Amino acid sequence: MNPLVAFLLVAAMLFAIGLAGALVRRNAILVLIGIELMLNAANLNLIAFWRYGPHPEALTGMLFAIFSIAVAAAEAAVGLGLVIAIHRHTGTTNLDQMNGMKG
Amino acid sequence: MSPVFYILAVLTLGGALAAVLLKPLVHCALATTVAFAGLALLYLELDAQFAGFVQILVYIGAVAILLVFAILLTHGSEPPRKGAFNRTWIAGAVIAAAVFAVLGWAVVRSAAALPLQAAAPVVTVREIGFALMGRYVLPLEIAGLLFTVATIGAVIVAMHEKEGAK
Repeated sequence: MNPLVAFLLVAAMLFAIGLAGALVRRNAILVLIGIELMLNAANLNLIAFWRYGPHPEALTGMLFAIFSIAVAAAEAAVGLGLVIAIHRHTGTTNLDQMNGMKG
Repeated sequence: MSPVFYILAVLTLGGALAAVLLKPLVHCALATTVAFAGLALLYLELDAQFAGFVQILVYIGAVAILLVFAILLTHGSEPPRKGAFNRTWIAGAVIAAAVFAVLGWAVVRSAAALPLQAAAPVVTVREIGFALMGRYVLPLEIAGLLFTVATIGAVIVAMHEKEGAK
């Protein structure tokens, strides 16, 4: 079997697990964890294609993944800051109770 | 495929599954850390040493700590009163399974067309540094600006508000 296929299947599985976490959990922090897992699955895809694709010496895939990690870290900081601010306003991190914009 | 790959895949996916399924939030954060560590080892398996160590530093060193602090500050360690999963969890699980089915089908169907470079690329940190300071200097500067904005934004969003400012 082509090793790239195995890595892509692991990344697809990780993406599906992260998507399930973002869709089924009540707690906002768990939803952020699911989003982080999805971003990591994308990074695994980028690095696997860099490793097995042509011209790895151009470093495109690896640097794309490194910039993606940087942006994901900034996103985690802002997201968790938002969760803390919402918890201070409403006293909950339960997403079912965050219905202030419901029509 | 080497047995190392299978061990790392099981470690990563098991950590991710535990993070999604466990009830106590602190256990979820710890399981997420296991998944991040497994991913870092998968990067090392893919001969991307620098990305593997960046993953360890950023995700295990910073994001996991941020998660634990957020759980602490939102009293998330208390057990949830109404269950960990929301009302529409069946639909969410079905959507996730369907997404995996489509992705897996696409990967397996295109397996013959995927590239296969057998020789492991040798990349030194020196080359990565030259690439970051040369060809990729503009994205690097934009990432630095993004970090500044994100840090200030996170502090302002999470800062205590004055009385009556609501």
